[in-house]
This record gives sequence, C-alpha cells and structure tokens, in this order.
Amino acid sequence: MYTEEMKKSMAKVDENRENNTSYEPPRMTAEEKEALLAEYHPDYKKEEFSVLLTGENKGEKVPKELAALLLGKSRINADFDLSSPDYDVDVLVIGGGGAGASAAIEAHNTGASVMIVTKLRIGDANTMMAEGGIQAADKPNDSPAVHFTDAYGGGHFAAKKELLYKLVTEAPEAVKWLNDLGVEFDKREDGTMITTHGGGTSRKRMHAAKDYTGAEIMRTLRDEVLNRQIPVVDFTAAVELILDEEGKAAGAVLLNMETNALLTARAKTVVLATGGAGRLHYQGFPTSNHYGATADGLVLAYRAGAKLLYPDTLQYHPTGAAYPEQIFGALVTEKVRSLGAKLVNADGEVFIHPLETRDVSAASIIRECTKRGKGVKTVDGVGVWLDTPMIEKKNGEGTIEKRIPAMMRMFGEYGIDIRKEPILVYPTLHYQNGGVDINTQCETKVKNLYAAGEVVGGIHGRNRLMGNSLLDVIVFGRNAGRNAGKRAKETTAGKLTLKHIEEFEREAEKNGALSDIQSPMLLPDYAGKNK
Amino acid sequence: MNETVNVYLFGKKYAVPSELTIMTAMEYAGYKLIRGCGCRNGFCGACATIYRIEGQRELKFCLACQTQVQEGMYVATLPFFPLVKQIYDIEKITPSQQVMMQLYPEVYKCIGCNACTKSCTQKLNVMQYIAYAQRGDFKKCAEESFDCVMCGVCSSRCPAGISHPQVAMLARRLNGKYLAPESQHLEDRIEEINNGKFEEMLQDLMNKTPEEIKEIYNNREIEQ
Repeated sequence: MYTEEMKKSMAKVDENRENNTSYEPPRMTAEEKEALLAEYHPDYKKEEFSVLLTGENKGEKVPKELAALLLGKSRINADFDLSSPDYDVDVLVIGGGGAGASAAIEAHNTGASVMIVTKLRIGDANTMMAEGGIQAADKPNDSPAVHFTDAYGGGHFAAKKELLYKLVTEAPEAVKWLNDLGVEFDKREDGTMITTHGGGTSRKRMHAAKDYTGAEIMRTLRDEVLNRQIPVVDFTAAVELILDEEGKAAGAVLLNMETNALLTARAKTVVLATGGAGRLHYQGFPTSNHYGATADGLVLAYRAGAKLLYPDTLQYHPTGAAYPEQIFGALVTEKVRSLGAKLVNADGEVFIHPLETRDVSAASIIRECTKRGKGVKTVDGVGVWLDTPMIEKKNGEGTIEKRIPAMMRMFGEYGIDIRKEPILVYPTLHYQNGGVDINTQCETKVKNLYAAGEVVGGIHGRNRLMGNSLLDVIVFGRNAGRNAGKRAKETTAGKLTLKHIEEFEREAEKNGALSDIQSPMLLPDYAGKNK
Repeated sequence: MNETVNVYLFGKKYAVPSELTIMTAMEYAGYKLIRGCGCRNGFCGACATIYRIEGQRELKFCLACQTQVQEGMYVATLPFFPLVKQIYDIEKITPSQQVMMQLYPEVYKCIGCNACTKSCTQKLNVMQYIAYAQRGDFKKCAEESFDCVMCGVCSSRCPAGISHPQVAMLARRLNGKYLAPESQHLEDRIEEINNGKFEEMLQDLMNKTPEEIKEIYNNREIEQ
C-alpha cells in the first residue's frame, strides 16, 4: 500500500523504533509553546479571518467562511406564516447528538413535553465519532481541582471559570449517569475504570469504551431517547429561531430536508445543540467531523441576538489520517498516543512529546512538514509518521486489537496493519473551541434559548483537551435540558415573530456586511467534486 | 487524475476516479447526499451498501464511506431498514434470559443460515452473538457485538426477521448496567464532591488570577 518513497522513510522509522520507544522526549516550556503556536498554528493566520460588521460580536474576528454564513441571507422570508404551528411542545431540542439527546432525556425527566429535531438522523453527530474517551477525576490521586488546572492551562487560561468548575465537578456524576444507562466503560475485574492520559492531562483520567467511546455513548443515549418515546423528527433542519414579541425564544422554522417543506415548531423553551463546523473546511483543511457539521446553530443564534465567545479558535486535531487518500482527514484517535505511539518525522526522529496539547502537537507537525522539510510526501500533501507498532512494544501483543479496534479496522481496509507498520498523519479540522456564550444554567443572551455541546463556547477556553468534549456534551446537555424543562413550566410564549431576521438583515445591509450566500448551510456541497 | 473505473449507481453507469470510495464516487457523479451519509468515517452506519461485481454471483455488503470503488461494481444503498426496536425501561428490566424472550422472541427462530455474519459490514460474528443472546449470556453477546454500527444489513438478510443490532443494543446495556463490576472509586468520588471535600481547593483556584494559575499549571506534577 505504501509507495517506494514512503517505504524508504519507513525503514528509518523501523530502524529507530527500539530507541524511540524508550526515548522520553522533553516537554516544551511555556515560552517555546507560545512561539511555536504563533508561527505555525492556523488560528494565528490573520489573513484567514474577517471582522464582523453586524451583530453582538461586531468588531470581532471570525474565520472568513463563518463570517459569510453569520451574515448570510435567511432561507425564509420574514413574512413566513407562523400562525398555525405544525408542532407545539414545551421544550424543542435542535440537534440529535450527545448534547441534544442528553438534554431531551433530562427535560423529559422534568415532565415537560419534549421534541428533538435533527437534520440527519439522531446520532449522526460528532459524538458518535469521538473515539478516545471522556475525562473525569475519579481516581484517588486525582481531583476536580487538578482536572480544572489541566483544562484551564490547556485552554490558554481563557475558559470561563464558572463553566469549567461545573464541567469538572459534575464529571464523575456524568460518567456514573452513563454507566447507569448501560454504557460499557473499560474496567478491570474489580470494577476499577481503566484510565489513561490524554494530551495535556497530568493524571490518567481518560475513561474509554475501546476506541468507540463516543459511539457507545451515543447509541446508548439514542436507545434511551427511543425508550422514552420522545418524538424525534429526523431529516428536518431548523433554519431560523422564532422569537415572541418580547424577544424570548419560542420555537423554530423547520425545513424537511427531503421534501423542502417548511414547518413551524412552537415551544416554550429551545435547546440549541447543533454541534460544530468542521464541514466548513476552514483554511482548506480536511475534517474529522460528521457530514452535518456546518455551524448552523451559530448562525441561528447569532441572528436571534446571541453572543459568540471565541469563535476565532478552532481545534486542528494533530493526527488526521494523511494516507491513504480514501480516509484523508479521518480521525486517528489521540488514544494511539496515550497508549505509547510517538510522532516521528521522515528521518525517523521523534520531534515532540507525544502528550503535548492538541494545538501544540498540530503546530509541531506543520513545522516539521514546512520549515524543517521533514515531512513525508503523500498523494494529497504531506504527513509525518505516527509509530503505532510502538504500542505493542510497550504494552504487549494484542493491545491494539483490544484497545483501538476501530483504528485497526480503518487502516486494515486499505491493507495497512497498524500493529506492524506506522501510519501517516497530518492535522485535520476537528473541533470548534468557541461558540455561543452561555452562563452556568446554559442560558444564552436570548431569553428561553439554552445551548449545550459543541455549539457552545467558553468552557474550554482557546483549546480543548481530549476527553473534555464528550464530557461537556453530557454535563451541559443534561443541565440545559433540566433547566429548559423547568423554565417551560414558568413561561408562556407570546405572539410568534421573525422580525429579528428582517432587522438583522437590514442592519447588515446598512453596514455593507450582508453576504450573498444563504445560510445556515445545512450540508456541505460535494456534488460534482472530486473530494 | 489517476485511472478511472466504471461503477453502476443504482444500475446507471458512471466513470469515476479509481481512488474514490463509493460515497465520494456518488458525489463525484453529482449526487447531493441527504440520506445514506452520516459520519463519513465508519462509525454511524448510515451508508450501508450492497454491491455485486459484474459477472460475479456473490453479493457484497459494506459501508459506502469505507469502501473503495472497483471496476464493474453495481451499487445499491440501504439508507434505512425497518429494524424492530422494542420499548423497555432500563431501570425495571433484569439481565435474565426471559427479557430476551419477552422483547425479542424472534431470536429463537434463528435457522442458523449465517447470512447475518456473511453480510456484516464490520465483519462481526453476528450469528454467534445472537446465539449468546438466546442463552441469556449478555456479557458475551455484548463483547461479540461491541463494534456494531447498527447499519441493519444483517437484518435485511435474515429469514427469521431478527433485528440483530437492537438485540445486541439491549444486551450491551444490560451488561454495562447490571453485569459489569461496579466502580467503587467513582461512587466514592461523587460522595466526596457532594460533601464538599474539594470545594476549598476549587474556590482557591477560582479566586486566583490567570497569571497565578499559570504558575501552578507550568509547574504541576505529571503522573508517569
């Protein structure tokens, strides 16, 4: 499967494996990391961002692709008839991923009538694809305070502390909740959770279900939603939020993805759980995200008057598959490095500690492949080696099949046995660090609009640690659902309106900012294209 | 561009670059996918696909996002299959053989044809995990079925009408909740948090400036 040129480089990796396996590369100092990021991390490329001229974040910069959508044209006319809603519920959950499903379950627990709308199927979400694990400080040598410090530092000291506090203190309870729903965590015979490091963790607190952690969580949550007979309206996207005359969120205009029929859902409270933005392919990067990750929730919320926090920070996962091209950009879980595989350049040299944070690791790979010229050429570009055979050298034969079967299968499809051969990786667009600004109750600036999951910003600051995203979708998804359910009992929706859409567009036009594309995007357009 | 191959999407012929997957070949041909496309990485089971290579008898089954095109491939996708999903309360059921009998009695109608295993897109031993389910051995059923992406191809091939992915889902939840050993350290930690054991440490951090936390972060001890 590998080309001759790759094999030549691979021979050097093989030759150095013995030494590289035992070699413990130094960790970078804070100053070294800052310098590396400034020079090589995509977030620091000024020309790739533009300044928003309208809305709550006026004057702030966001990726160019996102700006065009935030200030895009609505898919509907503001005079759309809202007078006879097709659906009328207490809590409308928009999005069928981990956060949406968790929110729906908890809102259901409050006795509220709940409905999920999702533009694909429930479970077609980044949660399903999260491989590596979920963090929780539940071991004797660990504590929520240590977890806090790791996450706060890894996020460049920019997280909203009160959100992070909630994340780390409710983490063990979140893991227990999942366990009680039937999620199969990796455990020892005596019940002790098997935990490992992730990049930037100072304690081994990564809980996993092999390398299907997110899939195992998602399918269990989905099963629970179905058992509770919570209505799931699939292949139906929310294309605008509806407010009432007091400016409270009161539903959404929906689009049947197959028939293009427009529908109205009225609700007392709305939970936005629409996920991330990888399919916008910022800066031309491939992505590890699912097909529907197109930032729809940011667009809906922004037009309705919500504020975004850190929308200019994206996570490029250091190890996307660089080869073979059929899986270009697919996620190679960080767990591969947690288990002992190191990053190695074309000359067979280890060039970074395997457990630096994701932004630092990604920047170091880009440096290796550009300035240092030590990348390995692939069909679509360039990559470095991730020396997977080290895992079994360190942990014994059988470890790969047992702990990372999905990775073994993914490369096995293309004749690459990751137990015997290293693999080629390059950063892939993985996660939206920023998003809608919320408080600890998951409330946005728009009354009765709650948000949870990847659509939210501020929990992780400007970079997220592995295993803190699965955790945040559960912790904040549950809180959002619970709070939205309770709130629905106390609130009444007035007359439904879309006036805010009209006003937003007028304002954008006045500022010369209205872009000529329709948004939200809903799905990327790959038709007729080679990639 | 590299060489091209001819593929037949729902019977219609398209010439596509040979390095594409079935999914990207459909897009190359001009399809804008709505159904039959989810995670695009082999985890969600949205893109179950059936194909036959021209001139061969054997039917093959795969995920469109994980499978490279081949010359003469006749492709039909299976974006939805009517699996039976029974409703139950996970808090009220027990991991007994009777549960399976009550919820999915059709597992006992398995005729042992092994069509499920032969068609599994994840190459799982499906018939074996159904056998474990019949016996009420949910732990083994859970282990054997763990990598299931619930694409439904097995069920589409089953003469007994079994919804294998849902049977396995039930077994895994029973195993995860009732059969796997309990994690005492997790219970203990939750109690400690509820009793406020870490509150002082946390409040101390909450009251520190980012600069002060930076100092702690940069000098923290890392477990080996």
